Amino acid sequence: MTKENRNIWIFIEQEDGKLADVGLELLSKGRELAGTLNSQVWALLCGHKVADLARSLIHHGADHVLLVEHPELEIYRTLPYTRVTADLIKKHQPYILLVGASPVGRDLAPRVASAAGVGLTADCTDLQIGDFTIKKENRLCKDLLYQIRPAFGGNIIATIVNPNTRPQMATVREGVMRKSQADTSRKGEVETFTPEFQESDFVLQVLSREMREATVHLKDSPVIVAGGGGVGSQDEFNLLCDLANLMGGEVGASRAAVDAGLISREHQVGQTGTTVRPRLYIAAGISGAIQHRAGMDQSNKIIAINTDPDAPIFQVAHYKIVGDLAEVMPLLIKALREKAK
Amino acid sequence: MKRGRNKRLSTSLNILVQAVIFLEAHTMSYHSIVLVKQVPDTRQVSGDVMTNAGTMNRSALPAIFNPEDLNALEMALRAKERYGGTVTVITMGPPQAAEVLRESLYRGADKVCLLTDRKFAGADTQATSYSLMKAVEKVGQFDLIFCGRQAIDGDTAQVGPQVAEKLHIPQITYSEQIIELKDKEIVVQRAFDLGAEIVKCKLPCLLTVVGSANQPRPASVRKRIQYKLAAIPAEYPLLLETWPEFESEDKIEEYLEKCDLKIPVWTADDLNLDTARIGLAGSPTQVHKINYVVLEAAESKEIQPTPEGIQALIEELIREYVVG
Ligand SMILES: Cc1cc2nc3c(=O)[nH]c(=O)nc-3n(C[C@H](O)[C@H](O)[C@H](O)COP(=O)(O)OP(=O)(O)OC[C@H]3O[C@@H](n4cnc5c(N)ncnc54)[C@H](O)[C@@H]3O)c2cc1C
Ligand SMILES: Cc1cc2nc3c(=O)[nH]c(=O)nc-3n(C[C@H](O)[C@H](O)[C@H](O)COP(=O)(O)OP(=O)(O)OC[C@H]3O[C@@H](n4cnc5c(N)ncnc54)[C@H](O)[C@@H]3O)c2cc1C
Repeated sequence: MTKENRNIWIFIEQEDGKLADVGLELLSKGRELAGTLNSQVWALLCGHKVADLARSLIHHGADHVLLVEHPELEIYRTLPYTRVTADLIKKHQPYILLVGASPVGRDLAPRVASAAGVGLTADCTDLQIGDFTIKKENRLCKDLLYQIRPAFGGNIIATIVNPNTRPQMATVREGVMRKSQADTSRKGEVETFTPEFQESDFVLQVLSREMREATVHLKDSPVIVAGGGGVGSQDEFNLLCDLANLMGGEVGASRAAVDAGLISREHQVGQTGTTVRPRLYIAAGISGAIQHRAGMDQSNKIIAINTDPDAPIFQVAHYKIVGDLAEVMPLLIKALREKAK
Repeated sequence: MKRGRNKRLSTSLNILVQAVIFLEAHTMSYHSIVLVKQVPDTRQVSGDVMTNAGTMNRSALPAIFNPEDLNALEMALRAKERYGGTVTVITMGPPQAAEVLRESLYRGADKVCLLTDRKFAGADTQATSYSLMKAVEKVGQFDLIFCGRQAIDGDTAQVGPQVAEKLHIPQITYSEQIIELKDKEIVVQRAFDLGAEIVKCKLPCLLTVVGSANQPRPASVRKRIQYKLAAIPAEYPLLLETWPEFESEDKIEEYLEKCDLKIPVWTADDLNLDTARIGLAGSPTQVHKINYVVLEAAESKEIQPTPEGIQALIEELIREYVVG
């Protein structure tokens, strides 16, 4: 009997020949899991004229790249991409398939899981390898993928497994895994695959598509200075911007600050914003609602500034400053300027 | 002279033919199915809901119409108002979920249907979408299916695409606006955090609708009165309590049937389905562990909001390479 292969596949997202970060983040997580499983990481790269990207995928952790090029794959569309992915799964039967929980990934993954008849866990924030016993059958399944995800509006964290179906599929939230540095000495293979489409794969046409570059780079920022509903005015918010500049960081916000029009939505941190884990997160005038904490509680160090000594944000803070941000922010700026001299 | 009349005749004939063609193109009406879910209002989780043992008391949360499903219903109703057709609403859930069906009738749905059975319980998205697909098949004729983008309890956004795949129809996720419906084609604007897309798709197809799509209408007062008695049989005892003049549950049934107020209930046996694919047993995913999010007290240091306190803090951050 041949042993079940334990390869980990990563769906690679690209737009106009540019790789999305989430695929690279997953390659690095994939390497870690493949180390535990003693298996390979395969990258699935679809598009039109994208062969040049394969090398970069190998440098970021792929052992094997499945390259699928076709003019019909130039812009992402559900049905052609589902066809290719489902056909390749059938051909190679990977152990695990990871997809970014981006708009593309969350459109594609459920469709593919349904076509392949396998389970799918949504929007994971952590992945581990572990054992699981199916109680009813008293059967031990070794080395399954623990798919760890928040649900119920962020109030619970569930660990989900797919004991019986392969591949074990999960979408993974953008920005929670760390992408590794490219290692240009890494070697890997590139295998091309020629897709076979059916007429019915093309019932949808993209008439226009306009994507903006993210202008705010919260995910990569080592320091984030974030403001919330406690920031009383634009002038006060500007103090946060000044501090972020001085620290070489970005400005973040809670939804209350975004709703108040103090800053654009791209700066929002939390469940419906960006998930961040900077070296330092400063929360000024933020109460610490669960939806906000879900996006920042993994930060290395957290400073919270709040007038209310019982604000929940203090429970995740490493440094607690009970006080008015309008007074504390200038003190921080001043102390930092003096140090820089 | 004769020729002139002929010409006039042919012109008017022409106009008539044009008018008929025009009418045909515009009398094309569309049958929509909306899938809606009743959910606990997870936005209301507060101290009373989290127990001291660190678990959650879900029944303390109000049951509501999943917010984005109201947007989906609104989009379907507007399509009906603009192009004609019907709107049928289906939900799968416990008997209490009949409430979201009444809410749908109050807003303008033509027909509703409850899928309920213990056998459906514990379903993951594969089993859920399989059961819903079977219900859609039983409804039969449709051009459009509308879902919310995501439910606020399970939070997966998987059910819509999985229903579409099981019906072998295309999907348009993140739908924000129907730009045009014409003949057997739809043009839709999709909205993402960082952009937008306009797509054209052949019908039938399934749309998942985002919260920014529209402002859902409130229940209409007239329809609230019209449908106030709409009920499933499990609710008859309660109805009888409120309206003792009905005398018996049989009389209620008779009345509701006469007035078309009886909400149809379908169980697993009513759908032509493979029971190995529904409920907990039909779910490939299994929950290994649930942790309730309780605030972990971080090891924390109190810093005084004074020049000295802040200065010491900055020095410590620099010393520990957190900044600088
Ligand atoms: C489905 C859903 C998704 C959500 N997603 C997100 C998300 O992604 N991100 C997010 O942030 N929120 C999100 N929210 C909203 C979240 O629940 C909170 O409403 C929001 O985070 C509150 O922001 P806040 O703490 O800044 O504002 P508030 O609740 O208004 O709190 C202001 C805080 O500032 C303090 N304060 C007041 N004045 C001062 C002062 N002068 N100096 C210092 N402190 C002061 C107050 O004591 C208070 O603690 C979501 C909600 C839902 C239902
Ligand atoms: C903590 C927790 C975590 C879970 N994680 C997963 C997971 O990772 N993978 C998984 O497969 N399952 C998971 N489930 C199970 C999942 O929640 C259920 O299958 C649920 O019935 C549908 O998923 P959803 O709530 O995420 O809906 P979504 O897929 O988010 O719903 C999208 C839309 O589908 C329609 N819809 C959904 N459910 C119904 C319904 N019952 N009736 C009518 N229309 C409906 C609505 O239009 C809705 O807006 C989880 C459940 C819990 C409690």
